[in-house]
Amino acid sequence: MSHSHSDSHGQGLGHIVPASIFKKVFATLVFLTIVTVAVSLVDLGSMNIVVAMLVASCKALLVALFFMHLKYENPLTWVYAFFPILLLATLLGGVFIDNPMRHAPAPLSAPAK
Amino acid sequence: MSSHSTAENYQGPPHVHHMDAPTAYSAAKLGMWLFLATEILLFGGLFAAFALFRWMYLEAFEHASQQLAWGWGALNTLVLLFSSFTAAMAVEAAQKGNNQRVFRLLAITIGCGFIFLIIKFIEYRAKYVHGIWPSSAEWNDPQFNAHYKSFFGLYFCMTGLHALHVILGMGLLAWALRKARVNRYSKEYYTPVEVGALYWHLVDLIWIYLFPLLYLVGHPSWHTPFGH
Repeated sequence: MSHSHSDSHGQGLGHIVPASIFKKVFATLVFLTIVTVAVSLVDLGSMNIVVAMLVASCKALLVALFFMHLKYENPLTWVYAFFPILLLATLLGGVFIDNPMRHAPAPLSAPAK
Repeated sequence: MSSHSTAENYQGPPHVHHMDAPTAYSAAKLGMWLFLATEILLFGGLFAAFALFRWMYLEAFEHASQQLAWGWGALNTLVLLFSSFTAAMAVEAAQKGNNQRVFRLLAITIGCGFIFLIIKFIEYRAKYVHGIWPSSAEWNDPQFNAHYKSFFGLYFCMTGLHALHVILGMGLLAWALRKARVNRYSKEYYTPVEVGALYWHLVDLIWIYLFPLLYLVGHPSWHTPFGH
C-alpha cells in the first residue's frame, strides 16, 4: 500500500481547505462577535436588530462557506443549503404580511352605522 | 506521527453495496445537508414565533431580554465559534490521514460542548432561583407579565432545543473520534468526521442567530453583563 503524504489537491474525495483559511475565518468571527456586542450596547432604536441580524448573517455565511466547505461544493448541495432558507423566508414573509394587516384599523371608507 | 495510517492497519474506505467510495462519500454528505435543511425549518418555526411575538409585545420583550446575562451569552458564542473552528480543522486533519490530530481536535471540540452546557446550566439556574421558570410560584402569579411568559417560554424552548442539539452533536463527534483512535481515517475515507463536523457547524450557526436575538436586541446594559 503506497501511502505517500503528498499534498492532496484533486487526489482525495473532497476539497481540502487549508488551515490558514480556517484561522482567518475564526479571527473574523471573533471580531464580528465583538462588533455585535459593542453595537448592541449603543441605543440605535429599531436599527439595533437590523445591525444585529446583518452581522449574524455575515457570520453564518462565513461558517457555511468555509467551515462547512459550501464554497467548494457542487450546485446540488447549494440547492439543499438554500432551499430551506427560501422556505423560511416565505414563512417569515407570510407572518409579517398577515399580522400587520390583521391589526390595522378599519378602513376609513367602512360604512358607519 | 506514529498514528498516521500505516501499511499494517490501513483499511481504506468501507465497502458499500452498489456504490464506489467517492459516490458513497458524496451521498453521505448530501444526506447530512438534507437533514440540516430539516433542522433549519425546525428552528425556523421557533424563529418565526419569536419574530411575531417580539413585534407584538416589543416593550415587554426588550425588558425581559435585559434579564438575560449577555456576558455569559457572549462567552458561549466564543466557545461555540472556537469549537466550530477546531471541528473544521479536524476535517482537514482527517483529509490528510493525520488520525492523532483528528483525535486531539475532536476532543477539544467535545470539551467546548461541555463548557457550553455548563455555562447554559449556570444561566438556567440563575433564572430558576429568581422564579423565572415555567410553573414556579412567581410564574403562576397573576402579577407576572403574560408577555414575559411568551419571551421566557420561547427562550427556554429555543435554547433548550439548541442544547439538546449540542448534546447530540457531542455524541456524533464522539463516534467520529473513536474511529480516529483506531487510525480509521485516510484521504480515501473520512466521512464520519466530515458529516459530524457539518452537524456541529449547524449547531453553531443556529446559536449565531439565537445570541443576538435573545440577549442583545433588547438594549442590554453595559453594567450588568452577568445579570443583576
